[in-house]
Amino acid sequence: MELMPALLFLQSMLAATWRMATPIIYAAVGEVFTERSGVLNIGLEGIMLIGAFAGYSVAYETGNLVLGLLAALVSGLLSGLIFAIFTVSVKANQIVVGAAFNMIGMGLSAFLYRTIYSQSGRVLSLQPFRPLDIPGLSDIPFLGEVLFRHNIMVYGTVVLVVLAAFVLYRTAFGLSLRSVGEHPKAADTTGINVPATRYVGVLIGAVLAALGGASLTLAYSDQFVEGIVTGRGFIALAVVVFGAWSPWGAFWASLLFGSFYALQLRLQAMPEVLIPYQFLQALPYLATLVVLISLTRRARAPRALGVPYP
Amino acid sequence: MEDYLVRMENIYKSFPGGVQANRGITLEVRPGEIHCLLGENGAGKTVLMSILYGLYKPDSGTIYYKGKKLDIHSTKDAIANRIGMVHQHFMLVPTLTVAENVVLGQYPAWKVINDMDKVHERIRAMSDEFGLDVDPAKIVQDLSVGEQQRVEILKALYHGADLLILDEPTAVLTPQESEHLLKFLRDLANRGLTIIFITHKLEEVMQVSDRVTVLRDGKVVGTVNTSDTNPRELARMMVGREVLMELKKAQTEPGKVIFLVRNLRVKDARGLEVVRGVSFEVREREVLGIAGVSGNGQTELALALAGLIEGEFDEMRLDGQLITKRDLQRLHRLGMAHIPEDRQKMGLILPFSVAENFVLKTYRDEPFARRGFLRFDAIRDYTRSQVSKFSIRVGDIEEEIAHLSGGNQQKVVVARELDRQPRFLLVNQPTRGIDIGATEFVRQQILAERDAGAAILLISADLEEIFALSDRILVMFEGRFMGEVPPDPALIEQVGLMMAGKTVQVSD
Amino acid sequence: MDWAALRARLGKQLRSVWTPLIAIPISLLIGAGILLLSGYDPIAAYQAMWQGAFKDRIAVTEVLVKATPLIFIGAGLAVAFRCSIWNIGAEGQFYVGAVMATVVGIYLGSLPGYILMPLVLIVGMIGGAFWGMLAAFLKNRFGASEVVTTIMLNYIAIYVTGYLVTGPMIETKGLFAQTPKISESAWLPRFLPPTRLHIGFILAIIFCIVLYILIFKTSVGFAIRAVGFNPDAARYASINVRSNILLAMAISGGAAGLGGAVEVAGISYRLYQLISPGYGFDGIAVSLLVGNNPLGVIFSGILFGALRSGAEVMQLSAKVPSVLVFAIQGLVILSVVATGAYRAVVREKEE
Repeated sequence: MELMPALLFLQSMLAATWRMATPIIYAAVGEVFTERSGVLNIGLEGIMLIGAFAGYSVAYETGNLVLGLLAALVSGLLSGLIFAIFTVSVKANQIVVGAAFNMIGMGLSAFLYRTIYSQSGRVLSLQPFRPLDIPGLSDIPFLGEVLFRHNIMVYGTVVLVVLAAFVLYRTAFGLSLRSVGEHPKAADTTGINVPATRYVGVLIGAVLAALGGASLTLAYSDQFVEGIVTGRGFIALAVVVFGAWSPWGAFWASLLFGSFYALQLRLQAMPEVLIPYQFLQALPYLATLVVLISLTRRARAPRALGVPYP
Repeated sequence: MEDYLVRMENIYKSFPGGVQANRGITLEVRPGEIHCLLGENGAGKTVLMSILYGLYKPDSGTIYYKGKKLDIHSTKDAIANRIGMVHQHFMLVPTLTVAENVVLGQYPAWKVINDMDKVHERIRAMSDEFGLDVDPAKIVQDLSVGEQQRVEILKALYHGADLLILDEPTAVLTPQESEHLLKFLRDLANRGLTIIFITHKLEEVMQVSDRVTVLRDGKVVGTVNTSDTNPRELARMMVGREVLMELKKAQTEPGKVIFLVRNLRVKDARGLEVVRGVSFEVREREVLGIAGVSGNGQTELALALAGLIEGEFDEMRLDGQLITKRDLQRLHRLGMAHIPEDRQKMGLILPFSVAENFVLKTYRDEPFARRGFLRFDAIRDYTRSQVSKFSIRVGDIEEEIAHLSGGNQQKVVVARELDRQPRFLLVNQPTRGIDIGATEFVRQQILAERDAGAAILLISADLEEIFALSDRILVMFEGRFMGEVPPDPALIEQVGLMMAGKTVQVSD
Repeated sequence: MDWAALRARLGKQLRSVWTPLIAIPISLLIGAGILLLSGYDPIAAYQAMWQGAFKDRIAVTEVLVKATPLIFIGAGLAVAFRCSIWNIGAEGQFYVGAVMATVVGIYLGSLPGYILMPLVLIVGMIGGAFWGMLAAFLKNRFGASEVVTTIMLNYIAIYVTGYLVTGPMIETKGLFAQTPKISESAWLPRFLPPTRLHIGFILAIIFCIVLYILIFKTSVGFAIRAVGFNPDAARYASINVRSNILLAMAISGGAAGLGGAVEVAGISYRLYQLISPGYGFDGIAVSLLVGNNPLGVIFSGILFGALRSGAEVMQLSAKVPSVLVFAIQGLVILSVVATGAYRAVVREKEE
């Protein structure tokens, strides 16, 4: 019988792991596409913030969560378009543009939130995506709680990864994308439109990042908070490296980081743990450093990553 | 009116920075012929063919192909019109398989690739038919240079090319492999393919082509039937004057050993051993040439000797002093100078000014710095004197060196390295990609340095250069030396065999 | 000096002035668009901002007070960016500097002012330098991208600060999450009372001049710039790439740390959770706006100080949220990038 509390702890930990990993999975899988096309987007954090706000705002005003997701998607498209214009067409330094995006995302989302909501006196929470219990499966002991009682955004990550891997490895577009990030000139000589392919790579990344941001306001919590993304955009960058630039790699790596978040939250909730909560909150970031140290040597980045073409 | 497959009419093309690559070129190629485009580096051959292949847009001019005016906006149009091109630097994605490279860019983007088995099968069949020996399942980065070239040719054939353009295809091959390739091309021409063959090697022109068009400074010098001409005439057309095929090389007596290394082993970036235990020594007043096809470990050999990458060795000495570990500053002090393989990636800092590049290695020393502060007057005076001494064409010594021509950039590197009167000079591909005037100048400087007493190690893939400058020649193949030969032009065939990995007895 | 050289030089100087002159109005225009769309009167908002920054002597000195940390951070980032090290971690380095300064200022408070004051600043600088070098070490030793590591170090520094001001260092009354004041002998003198302008501002300007000389006039700066442009060529010239990366991050982090220490010793006299409202990120724009030139940083630092200072007044009087400034700074960076690209196109056409 002593096993029970440990098992319960594990059960809630694992379930929370997947939930906490969800926004990172969206952003990281998207960034896999961006980086595989040869573009480094460190502005993920800002794009996630804009997506989180756009999703929240539209869902809150219309009462329709799907419209909220749609709004996040459009915000991602716009962000990605501007990012691609600067990095692919203008060929500006990708890190500089990314840093600017983070500032704009932070500033704009906070500005609009304060303008429209924080002084409005309204109740600011919305009805987020509810868990969908899968009939039958959700009743399985342990596994049911861990795997089959989540909301649609969480389930969506699996669909996303399967689809992403299929597009990247089984379609002509995926082949072009991978070649453009490795050897853009070779791709060019076969008639592939390198800038267009990179635009698509950036757009996929930005849209997924925005959806990941929206999952924070529409599924994970029920409202927008300034800076709600709290570094997940940067963690997604580390996840892409750790996941060796593959969709499944990014998925599992995100789950690892999700587990750090989950552990941190569980520990905070346990009164017998005496570690100051600030140290627990710092855990995911510390873990990112440790993971980066232990793994960057092995995986190889796309050869043309960060290099404008021509 | 004669029957042409391609007629490029009055093609003009210039680039930002003022380079006029093509200045009114008209070229006609007949169906089924092998047509050589002959010219020095920078004559405009590659640019002209890149226009035909849709990589560049001409400033003006018209292209007729199969009797019709042809509008090419991209390589896709070229491929659709059955034009194929094998580039000098292969256009293969190293991380993809052979088959993936072959079909790359051929499907609409949304297509699900589910016919790879058929592609593999077809590649195998074509490989057998043409005797190309290509395995569709292999990853390109695991293939040898020769194999990669065959993949490139197969790729063009797979897309049904009627016209095949090859840009200096033999530059990366041994003489024997080259021979094989030329026979293969003749075979293709006999099957009805038309081939345009870019080269600057006269023997190849004589051996393989039906007709030849000679380019110089972006203009056509003339088109002749190969059977009506001879190498001497072609050479004259190519350079615009009688060529001095030989540099004046004074007889010298080598002195004591300046540099020696025993059993040097070096790994490349991927961890593979690419220099596998080489030993040699270089004496004062001597040029030791290292011949070999590019990619047989020469790059790593040079970098390891210069202390830029890690290498293992039993013994290394410079001017009698034992070198034990990678220590650039010490090599410097002991009198090593290094003209690196790639001036733009290593020899120079392109956004720096000409003056800053001149003091790249000496900026911390008197008189260019005092107590840590740079002394700009001293740097400028020095740069001005060097610029005039080496007649480097520079507008303003404060301008970015990126704006200089390749030849003038290389002169800056050479001037900087030779100014320190090195005891040991390491030179890697000193004349690659520069004009003939600068080439001659650089080669003369190297010989002058030898006559002044330096020990010189010359690494070059250009056999003519090796034979013209060296006192002894070592031939490198797959990280080992295949043997040593004297620079006797009669031995060039033996050297070729050694470059292909054959051990040859050389009798003096 | 001959005529061509002089002209080239003047051209260079002009170009570095043109960029901000074009980039700032563009960003403010886009900002006005955002204001308009959000239902504000942009003219009123900007008027309030201008008033807030320049209406009287006090306001102007407040601008300089706000500019001081930005100048320190921006000058340091100019050095890192010149070395092509993308230090996004000035925020964390600023925090570490502030923490170290506070610790010394409180626990060694009995020392006389002429020792304590410099000690507080030096220790803050060392703290920031250490935090910066940590990222450089991870890059050199493990190849970990500084973009990610510096951000992670930001969070860690901020959470540790949060722990300190709520736990071990909380003031004895314990009403607010803040430390007690540092010893009065460490306070930086204010030279225009009753304004808050303190000698930290003068130090910042001297600091910029020193870094300018270091980067452009010394052999150390030559090496840093060489590594930034082309690490392979630098190595070939027997310049140690790794130690220069370490040095650039030490300077950059040290500058931010010094900024944090100056903020504590000159303005807040104590540490609290939000001692930096994002100065470390503003510093990126401060440096990029003037092409990573430490002397230019004086100008752009004051400009951004005015933006920040004005924005606070704008929030009070025109009820426009001041966080807009953050977005405007991002827009400034994009405008700088765009004007740079536009000029490259023009030059190509001319040639």
